[in-house]
Amino acid sequence: MRRQLLTGNAAAAWGARLAEVDYVPAFPITPQTEIIETLDRWIEAGEMPARLVMLESEHSMITAAGAAAATGVRVFTATSSQGLLYGMEMLYTVAGWRAPFVLVNVSRGLAAPITLESDHCDVLAARDSGFLQIHCSTCQEVIDGVLLAYRLAEHPRVRMPVLVNLDGFYLSFTREPVVIPDLESVRRFLPPFDPEGIRFRASEPISQAVAVLGGGPYSYFRYEMHLAAQEALTAWDEVASDFERELGRPAPLLETHRVEDAEIVFFMLGSFATKGMDAVDRLRDAGWKVGLVRPRLVRPWPADALRRTLCAVRGVAVIDQNLSMGMGGILHGELAAALYGAPDAPVLASFVGGLGGRDISPEEFFEIAAVTKQAAESGHAPAPRLLYTEGELREVRKLQGIALAERHETSPQRTPLEEA
Amino acid sequence: MSETSSSFLRMADLPSTHLLGGGTAMCAGCGGLQALQQIYDVMGEKTVFVNAAGCMTMLSVYPFTPFRGSWLYTSMASAPAGAQGVRDALDLLAAKGKLPPEEDLGVVVLSGDGSAYGMGLSATSGAIDRGLDFLYLCYDNEGYGNTGQQGSAATPLGARTATDPGAEGHVGFKKDLFGLWVANRPTYVATVIGAEPLDLARKIEKAMQLSGPRLILALAPCPTGWGFAPEDMVEIARLAVRTGIFPLKEYAGGEVVHTKKKLPRLPVEEYLKLQGRFAHLFEPQRNDAVIDAIQAQVDAYWAEYE
Repeated sequence: MRRQLLTGNAAAAWGARLAEVDYVPAFPITPQTEIIETLDRWIEAGEMPARLVMLESEHSMITAAGAAAATGVRVFTATSSQGLLYGMEMLYTVAGWRAPFVLVNVSRGLAAPITLESDHCDVLAARDSGFLQIHCSTCQEVIDGVLLAYRLAEHPRVRMPVLVNLDGFYLSFTREPVVIPDLESVRRFLPPFDPEGIRFRASEPISQAVAVLGGGPYSYFRYEMHLAAQEALTAWDEVASDFERELGRPAPLLETHRVEDAEIVFFMLGSFATKGMDAVDRLRDAGWKVGLVRPRLVRPWPADALRRTLCAVRGVAVIDQNLSMGMGGILHGELAAALYGAPDAPVLASFVGGLGGRDISPEEFFEIAAVTKQAAESGHAPAPRLLYTEGELREVRKLQGIALAERHETSPQRTPLEEA
Repeated sequence: MSETSSSFLRMADLPSTHLLGGGTAMCAGCGGLQALQQIYDVMGEKTVFVNAAGCMTMLSVYPFTPFRGSWLYTSMASAPAGAQGVRDALDLLAAKGKLPPEEDLGVVVLSGDGSAYGMGLSATSGAIDRGLDFLYLCYDNEGYGNTGQQGSAATPLGARTATDPGAEGHVGFKKDLFGLWVANRPTYVATVIGAEPLDLARKIEKAMQLSGPRLILALAPCPTGWGFAPEDMVEIARLAVRTGIFPLKEYAGGEVVHTKKKLPRLPVEEYLKLQGRFAHLFEPQRNDAVIDAIQAQVDAYWAEYE
């Protein structure tokens, strides 16, 4: 065990290295590329006995990952954003193969407009694919999350692929002190991959992923996936307890920060929750009874644990770094579903922010707390809010002004009327 | 190919027992299934078929399969990438002593022309430039057959399809998949047809002795898509070869060799007139312009080799 400054990307690579993966199908995309470059360097240097193969697309990469896992080796791969969506067909497909492996997603906003910076629209687009989802808030959680993901994926009651999400830039390129566990401890926690019945051998012919005719067999296999995904909740407790014993860090299903006597709770995912915790501490200093809850698992959705934790508070501010057009924040809808009908369910206030890497400032957290407190006191949920400042709007107007001026310079025959 | 190196010298040498089970959902008179049966007899059961979406997806329907070996359905676009994952995993297991040689499998991509000529080309190209050790088997029925024969990149000039219903039929030309592969110098590329079983068996035998990227391109006369009675399938397949429309050839070691060069070639209309998809070239009146254009394409092809 040693402590080192690592980027989130390097932490993801360390997770794969310590899991002693056999196979890494790869395709580069910003901000994920450092992960595969790091692994490739280790493999080339003989420090990691694995094979990395460059595919020609993420669609192929995920196919190769699933096919290798279905042949009986331990597989790691990673992507981001457009890449995750380019491979979307195969996310659903390989999840149905029930061949466990781990896919790291370095989250990044989706086109259009194209951007490199982070939000959760990419990973939440894979919400219903059958991949389980672990969301990380620190670089330490990235290395831990990859190791936990393999145990969960390969658990005999689960056998599903797992997505481990870290936020682009905020984690991918940010160095934090990370404890790198020693290999012996990891081996005690994570035994070698057991493909069980899912593998190809000449003496054991098997047809995998065949067609079905009719809704009966189709529903049977889809329900099995759902039930297996739900099993991952109880499996998580077992896996987390082994993790704490062997690696010395707890891995709770929900991270909670100062919720014991909280009246208002921020509900967030990923690295921005560390900003949220900082805001909680400042608000506490100002006498507010505020806390924060962050699920580490998004699939399966820990509905029972959320009910137990949140029904004690009066108001929850759900801060979504995603946007479902025409609906709003996805977590808000998911949390409302988990809490609906529960006695003493808190009032939910919905906020959308942090899209495409946009920051959420301490002042905004204070305003979110104030709006949520008022909602809790009145018992009425306020209209959802899209976080945006006058300064940001002024900045966009300025850019639009520059664009118009440029156009006028290059095409002076246009009249001001047309431009208006 | 030197005939003495093959164990298939005459028809009597062909396998007399067949490995592929019957009772599948394929259409009666399917030229693709005929080719696959013969190919599978030569390949044997130590194979894993990595299937791309197409007619043959319906071969393995839960809980049945006609294969004695293994099968993995992937998607329409990425079967070669599936083959990559399986091949790499088998090699890794072997390297780590976890897969005895007798447990190893040959990896075979199975796809129709829709995938092989179109959606799957990116994954195919990647597998070729990575030098993947696999065999790609394309059953080419010159259209998206499984969805009712819409025009694909393999649809030939003049053919009527569900999306080429006009008086001229299909206006585009059939893409040269053989040439696309050969341009990248893979290990082996061959065209085969079920109606020429000896030629087919020799080519599969040869392909199985090689490693690296290998394509077997089988023309698959399609009763439902091309418009002919199932019992005419073999005759139409033979005419595809006799008219020179479907050249039987192979590429190995940098050289293309035609394995059946029968002269004189029959006029293409002998082949065209038996198929519903070309009926509009003859009825209600003859469309000599299109028939001549098809003949000219065939003549131009052979002019390079005769």
